[in-house]
Formats: sequence, structure tokens, C-alpha cells
Amino acid sequence: MTRLRGAALLLTAPAAAAGLAFAVAAVILRLAGADPIATLGDALAYGLQPTTLVAVVNKAIPYYLAGIAAAVGFHLRLFNIGIDGQYRLAAFAAAVIGAAVALPAPLHLALIVTVALVVGWGWAAIAGLLYVRRGVNVVISTIMLNAVATGLIAYLLSPLRLAQQAPGSNNITTAPIPESGWIPPIALPGDVGSINGFLVIAVFVGIAYWLVLSRTTVGFEVRAMGFSERAATVAGIRAPRLALLTMAASGAIAGLVGLPQLLGASHRFGLDFPAGLGFTGLSVAILGRNHPVGVAIGAFVWAFLERSAQVLDLAGISKEVVAILQAVIVLSIVVAYELVRRVRARQERRYVAQAVEGAPA
Amino acid sequence: MRDLRLGRLLATGAVLGALLAGCISAPTPSGATITGPTTLEPTKNAVPLPTSKVTKIAVAYDLTGRGDGGFNDLAYNGAKQAAEELGAEIREVTAKLDDTDDDRAERLRLLAGAGYEAIIGVGFTYAGPMQIVAAEFPDIHFAIVDDGTVVAPNVQGILFAEHEGSFLVGAAAGLQTTTNTVGFIGAVQIPLLQKFEAGYAAGVKHANPAATMQVTYLSQPPDYSGFGDPPHGREAALGMYDNGVDIIFAAAGGSGSGVHEAAAQTGHWSIGVDADEYLLAPEAVRDHILTSMLKNANVGTYEFVVSVAYDTFVAGNQTFGLANGGVGYATSGGFVDDIRSRLDEFAADIVAGRIVVPETP
Repeated sequence: MTRLRGAALLLTAPAAAAGLAFAVAAVILRLAGADPIATLGDALAYGLQPTTLVAVVNKAIPYYLAGIAAAVGFHLRLFNIGIDGQYRLAAFAAAVIGAAVALPAPLHLALIVTVALVVGWGWAAIAGLLYVRRGVNVVISTIMLNAVATGLIAYLLSPLRLAQQAPGSNNITTAPIPESGWIPPIALPGDVGSINGFLVIAVFVGIAYWLVLSRTTVGFEVRAMGFSERAATVAGIRAPRLALLTMAASGAIAGLVGLPQLLGASHRFGLDFPAGLGFTGLSVAILGRNHPVGVAIGAFVWAFLERSAQVLDLAGISKEVVAILQAVIVLSIVVAYELVRRVRARQERRYVAQAVEGAPA
Repeated sequence: MRDLRLGRLLATGAVLGALLAGCISAPTPSGATITGPTTLEPTKNAVPLPTSKVTKIAVAYDLTGRGDGGFNDLAYNGAKQAAEELGAEIREVTAKLDDTDDDRAERLRLLAGAGYEAIIGVGFTYAGPMQIVAAEFPDIHFAIVDDGTVVAPNVQGILFAEHEGSFLVGAAAGLQTTTNTVGFIGAVQIPLLQKFEAGYAAGVKHANPAATMQVTYLSQPPDYSGFGDPPHGREAALGMYDNGVDIIFAAAGGSGSGVHEAAAQTGHWSIGVDADEYLLAPEAVRDHILTSMLKNANVGTYEFVVSVAYDTFVAGNQTFGLANGGVGYATSGGFVDDIRSRLDEFAADIVAGRIVVPETP
């Protein structure tokens, strides 16, 4: 009975958060002079079309990878703001090397993915080392490293160095990756588009994340450290080594964030390469409470909102309404879970007290 | 038939002024799709005007969007003017930092599906998406500003010879400098703005071989903050003025106002961009704006919409340069009056091909 009530309580948190977020969105839409129900209805109708849903899944793949990268850091309270720089640098390096070599299909793809993993890993390890050896706050160092990555890419992405500019175009891109390095799309029946093949790798990353965290010694150490750093240290877990490992792992996963776009769509890195996915990842990880399935749901919800927002523009409503909606959802999720935690703690205390009182002396 | 065509040419010609020589070559008009009379001024030999085929116009921006006091605003103004004259509705849509080509394509697709007959994409990032969507909607006309790579029977590329206009303001700076040191502040280090830099540098050198030039960009992609950060522009300019520079060309979008402020504060000159900034700047600042490089984006978008409205649309690239008044220099304030003859001489040399202005630094 109590267990059932606990589960119900756990579900009320996201439901309450979503309810609150939509209430706020409705108020904002009303203030913006629109009919909230009709507008949200339009957005929902558009969002639920099969072609849109396919696009939403494709959009959610990088969000998911960024979310998992953030979640890895969150376990040790390491706020990896640097996912953004890590994935951009990794995607750039992967694009350059992927275009420079000629290999048979599976090897080519494997090489590109490996390059991205290694570059993301290495770039995040810098912040990890600075933290472990010099006590530099990870938030600060990763923000700085984002700026350094931006500068480095801007320097190298030039027709004089590693890039090219088509005549008549104002874009600069790396050379295109030959087809052997592309990730094949997952074809769907009907005329609804196709799913980015990187979905398979994203699912694999999610499973690996869950396995490592729940079935290995390192995973146990990470979780122990997350519960109580002092207790873990006393138990003989080496905190610095673990922090460095976690940071680098977060970076390696971050290195994959740009690959769905690179290998499944654009096949080259250019000025128009999507930026800012790392920050979305942080929100998505919070939404998903660091759980591999939760993050997937968070990524999907986020992508769904972003995509549905496109119709708002047509209705003359600024799509920033959706940005507000997303922020409110994240905030209310945090608040709702904290409230649930307190309610459960009180229930538990009462239950224990009753049990103690009722027990024979 | 012949008379009608002549009347239409005269009518549009009267509105456009002499700026657009060579842009209107009319195929046969069609009597279809009557959407009410236009508000275009009839010419003296009033021939009945053909009716407009455009009722809905859309402008899709890249990141920086409208409100930059410059290029995007001008692009909008042109479309807006056309909309008012044609009695058409106009809709603007915006972009996000982490947009992929797929998102941009969907944005154009939604607009096309919603019955917008003339769709303008501002910025090179719309090139790939427009190539795809234009093929899906062959009856709808598209224009892309600042890109010349889209090839389709219903797409027009609107390009500007920014280097030519920049050459002239560079020559003005070269002639007016007393320290033989001039500056260039670009918003973001992208090829589009490097074209301004190249033209400016060539103009400075041509007019004053002894002059040296200092160059800085406020941000690097994918950080586009340089377009809208006046304090940053101000600091960069103060640094340059401290360094012996006495004239700065601010090709910096909204950040330019900071450069002009710095010029006023230290008693130096600055040069505006896109619009005639002397007319836009506050009273205290305007007397320090030597001239402005004019990029008449409004002409390009206006011309496109009108051509769609009257069936004179021409696919392919339209380049607006010195020869057809698409770029130029401003004379408001009268600070370049004494060198106007020389500048006009340079302009004539460029038009005649005697001076070839480089497009890359």
C-alpha cells in the first residue's frame, strides 16, 4: 500500500511540473494577445503529425547524447558546461579527418566516431586535470575552454587552413566526408522521412551508461561519492582519480553530440553547424533526473517543444514563448521533486514512529 | 499587350527610381490571380496596372534577426515597403542557435505550405534548405540574401558587392587620416564581413599608400554576439584610438553605435555601415561619423517582391553593386564634400573595371 502510494507520489512530480508549465505558458500567450488553447492546440496538432514526430526523434538524438554527457558529470556534482566546446571541437576534428582518409565503410565510420570520442575526452580531461591538480572550478574552466574551442575552430576553419569556401557562398566548410563515412539512415515505411542512424549509437550509449553505473565497481564508486563524499573517501575511494575519470568520460560522450548532424545530414562542418546543444544537454539531464530513460524522455519532450514552436512564428507569436515554457518545466521539475522528497521523508518518519510506538516494549 | 508591358515597366520604374537599372526585364504578364488593386502610384500616361500576384510575404532571418539597426532591418524594410504598396501581408520568422538545416528547411516549408507566395531567407545558412524546399514548391518564389549558390527556377540570389562600397569609404579614410593609421572593426569573423575588410583595406591603400590599418573582430562564429554588443564595440574602438588610429570603419551591425560613441568621446572619426548612420545616430555622436558604407538591402528585397507580384521574376543571382546603386557611400553631414570628386572618380573606375577590388583580405 505504501509502495503504491510512493509510486503515485513519484508520478505526481512530473505531472505537476508539466501542468504548472502549461499554465504559465497559457498566461504568457494570453498576455501576448493570443488564444492559449487554440494556439497550444495548433502546436500540438502540428507536433503530432508523423513527419514532425520523425523530425522530433532526429532532433532528440543529439539532445540525448548531450544529456547523458551532462548526467555523467552530475553524479559527482561536476557541472560540465564545456559539453558545447567539446562536441564542436570533436565534430570539427572528426569532419577534417573523416574527409582526409579513404577507408571501407565500417572502418571509416568507426575511425570518425573514435576521433570524436578521443577529442571530446581529451578536451574535457584538461578541465578534469585542472580541477584535480590545481583545484580549478570545473564550471569556470569549462566555460573558458568553450571560448578556446571557439577560437581554435575559427582559426582552423579558414580557406587558408583546413576548410574551403564555395564560389558565391558566404559559408566556410570542411571538405565533405565521402559516403563511406556516412551513417546510413533508418528507412521508415510511407512518406514520413527517415530516422538518423545515429539513434542506434545513442541507444548503445544509454545502455552502456546504465550498465557502468549500476553494474561495475567504478559505477558504484561514482554513486557512493555522489551520496556522500566523506563516507566514500573514508571507504577508500580515491576522489581525484574518480573526478578526472568522470570528467573525461563526460567529455567523450559529449564528443558524439555533433555526429548525428555530421554523419547523418551535413557530412561536413561549417559556419552553420548547430551550436549550443551542450546547454540543452544540461537542461535535459535535469529533466531526466540523470536516469538513462528519463533523459531520453527529457530529450524527446525538449525536441517536441522546439519543433512544435515553429508553427507559433506563423501565428505571429514569438517562439521564445517556448523557451519560457522549457525553463518553467525545468524549474518546476526541480521544485516538484524536492516537494515530493520532503513529503516522503515526513511519511517515512511517521511510519517509523508508528512502528516504534506500536512495537511491544 | 505591348502597351500593358510598357506601362508596367514605367510604373515600377517610377517607384524604384534609377537605382535598379537592368533588373527589370519582363516576360509576359498573366491575368490570373486577381487580388485587388495595388496602391502603386500611377504614372502620367496612366495605363491600367496589372494586379499583384502577391498577398503574403515572409522574411526568415538568421540568428541576429531584426532590430540590428542595419542589414536585417533594411532587408525587412524593402519587403515591408513592397507589402504596403501591394496591399500584402508580411510575416517574419526567426532562427535559433542550434538550428540544423532540417529545422531551417521546415521553417521554409511551413511558410510555403501556409500560402506565402514570396519567401525571403536572410543569410547564407538558408542556402541548403532553400535548395530542397524550392523544389518541393515550384509555384512559390524564394529569394536568398547574401548567397549565390542556390540554383532553381524559382529562386533568386540577392548579392551585394560590399567590397566595392567598402573600397570607397576606405579611400575616404585614407584621404582624411592625419595619423596615417586607420582601423576596421568587424562584428564576427565570417567571410561576409571579411569582404568588407578586404574592400576597405584596398581603398585605404589605393588612396594613401603610406597608411597602415589595424583590424579586429568582436567575436568568432558560432558566437554571433559581435552583431549586437555596443559596449564591446566601444571598448575595441577606444583601444584602437589609443593606438594611434584616427578613423574606424565599424562593419559591426548593432555594435557600431558603440564605435561611434567612442569616436565622439575621443574626438575621432568613425564610419558607419549598411544604412546612412549619420541620420540614425544621436545628435552628439553624428558629427563624428565621417561617412557610411551603404548596402541597400531594401532595394534587393523590394525588387524581388515586386518582380514576383508582376510576374517579372528572374531566377538566378542579382548582384547589387556600385554600377546599379546597390552599394555606395553616404554624404550626410558634408564631411566628405571636399573629396567627393575623387571618391566618385574611384567609383567610376571600379564600375569601368579599371580598379578591381579584392573580395578576400
